[in-house]
Amino acid sequence: MADIHVMRDDLRPPDTPARRHLISIADLTRDDVERLLATARSFARSLEREMKKLPTLRGRTVVNVFYESSTRTSSSFELAAKRLSADTMSIKAVGSSVDKGESLKDTALTLAAYDPDVIVLRHPQIGAPQLVARVTEAHVVNAGDGKHQHPTQALLDLYTIQEEFGHVEGLHVAIVGDVLHSRVARSNIQALVLLGARVTLVAPPSLLPRGIEALGCETSTDIRTIGHADVIYVLRMQRERMQEGASYVPSLREYTARWGVTPERLRPGQKVMHPGPMNRGVEIDPVVADSPDSLITEQVRAGLVTRMAVLYDLLTHGPVAAPALAIHEVA
Amino acid sequence: MLWTKDTPTADVVIRGARVLDPAEGIDATLDVRIDGGTITAIGAAVDTNGHRVIDGERLLLAPAFVDPHVHLRTPGREDEETIASGTAAAAAGGYCAILAMPNTDPVVDSASVLRSLAETAALEAEVPVGFLAAISKGSEGGELSEMGELAECGAVGFSDDGRPVAAAGLMRRALQYSAITGRPLALHCEETTLSRDGQMHEGAVSAELGFAGYPSVAETVMVERDLALAAYESLSLHLLHLSAVESVEALARAQSAGLPVTGEVTPHHLCLTDEAVRTLDPNVKMNPPLRAARDRSALIEGLRDGTIAAVATDHAPHARHEKEVPFEAAPFGVTGLETAFAALYTHLVEPGLVRLETLLERLSAGPARIFGLDRPRIAVGAAANVTLLDTAAGWKVGEESFRSRSSNSWLLGRTLKGKVRLTVADGRIAFEA
Repeated sequence: MADIHVMRDDLRPPDTPARRHLISIADLTRDDVERLLATARSFARSLEREMKKLPTLRGRTVVNVFYESSTRTSSSFELAAKRLSADTMSIKAVGSSVDKGESLKDTALTLAAYDPDVIVLRHPQIGAPQLVARVTEAHVVNAGDGKHQHPTQALLDLYTIQEEFGHVEGLHVAIVGDVLHSRVARSNIQALVLLGARVTLVAPPSLLPRGIEALGCETSTDIRTIGHADVIYVLRMQRERMQEGASYVPSLREYTARWGVTPERLRPGQKVMHPGPMNRGVEIDPVVADSPDSLITEQVRAGLVTRMAVLYDLLTHGPVAAPALAIHEVA
Repeated sequence: MLWTKDTPTADVVIRGARVLDPAEGIDATLDVRIDGGTITAIGAAVDTNGHRVIDGERLLLAPAFVDPHVHLRTPGREDEETIASGTAAAAAGGYCAILAMPNTDPVVDSASVLRSLAETAALEAEVPVGFLAAISKGSEGGELSEMGELAECGAVGFSDDGRPVAAAGLMRRALQYSAITGRPLALHCEETTLSRDGQMHEGAVSAELGFAGYPSVAETVMVERDLALAAYESLSLHLLHLSAVESVEALARAQSAGLPVTGEVTPHHLCLTDEAVRTLDPNVKMNPPLRAARDRSALIEGLRDGTIAAVATDHAPHARHEKEVPFEAAPFGVTGLETAFAALYTHLVEPGLVRLETLLERLSAGPARIFGLDRPRIAVGAAANVTLLDTAAGWKVGEESFRSRSSNSWLLGRTLKGKVRLTVADGRIAFEA
């Protein structure tokens, strides 16, 4: 039914409801997430056709603003917008006025002058999407803000899991690695818990944020815990965490020895995911990354349809609400 | 020593207010007459002597407030605050005296900087202002400033506020030297290798939002270290802006062991918890950060039982463009002079958490005692330092109402109860609404 719905909507100009954003998984209800996943699935089917472009967002403008490097996220947002016939523009911090010290507010105001319908923002600082939402009229999609949230990553991961298992509810997902510095982990914990999965975080004690259990997950410092999981979600281990003064773990070597995801630590049939980019041989053994149980390329593919669903939903459909803004807009 | 500009003293009668000075044992509806800046009569239907009469009916007349912890940003950042604007903000908040921190640019670590501030204050301060000087040169924690000379020039105390005195050895020397100057040391307690790049309290909220955590133990280990040094030297010290339950407990233990150590707490730590950071509003970013509910409860309890003797605003003005950035990029600090009483009345007194008498004492006599200042009091013969408060009035905190040059208030847009109608500071009418 859902794909027919999409085609019907194509025939009329999408009306503009109250301005909505996708900033954090915490702002979504289970219904929101399920609706987005269903929309993504209908887009996946439409992409199987020879003519892959849909006229849905013709005349709309999507601006991608990336203050951090990105391959997967920026390319899939750009392609998602193009597949929906929106005009797109991509701005990278390097080579723009950001290099000249322009503030985020001023950059946002400059872009707002072009009347974009959606601003997709990646920024190294928590709170950047809220600021852009406050000073522009655009719908804001958070493509990663510091260590806070990366909601479209979580949605594409849910999509991948659902395609693989047929459901998310009741699955046991172990998230392994640097949870402390990971926006992917935070968005995924919230999304998985929202859909009824059991989540266990497995990490060195120094990389488990104090109080994280309040999100409804379990924690462990023992890599053997992953033996019980249906899905092993491996996080990227960043080299800068070993810098002098940080010392979250003594060395990469020691990290890999104790928490690396290797074939010996997995059972056959356990699925492995990774948000990329991978450090092969550090957090994930190359054999695991390339095994038939790896869903890593499926994740990349899911990124396109999930982001199409987000853009479509924001501009045409029911609430992907961001109530968090209500208090904030006072300031 | 405090400085203020020379303006005519007041000749007024405040008629029919509820006069409340807990330390003087007054709580009654009375008239108060001020002649030449001195309180000359307190009673029912006092003779006006032909003075202007201010109607105090249904209002509360209390000793005006003393803020031991204000950042006036002068010299260096006069775009954010000046002595004139900061003291005007203080007057509008019911304060009759404020003490300014020395972490300016340049730092107040020499007699020449202090003298120039005193000269400016004598020309433009709306209420008496005192200045703390730096403990170490440049507040860099390397060598002691010339504390003796600074004390002679009128420094009311010493502080490296904004940062800790990291080296225990230097802290000990500063303590020993404070015995010579007789001026208190006011300490910012933070173990920076624990707080590092922390943006907010470390706990469930920081875990969820992804902020680097600034754990409460970063404060407590420094509090414990400084109290240990004070105990060893049998000397006093003052702990700035306490935020954690363990710090309050450590202070209480030291006090019950007989040490003359004191502490202060800010309105924002008394009213908010780290849950407020979920808004990602840069105006709830401060150092030390807002902490958990159990910390807030301990601070309120400490204020009630007197372990914490003073409310201090830690008024920290910041330029608008510096706060209009993502939370992580924003500087620490919020303003507080113009909202302190209303915030505390609304969030502590109205819900019954703290008695009005206690709040008034901690806003006035408490901080005055710590820094050896004359206690503002409502008594015949005393210099008039009073504030007239309307506890029934609700108002919406808005930028247009600020006398401060900055508006980085966590209360923007909120409705509060309790409005300052009049401030008489050192016998002069400093504010009237």
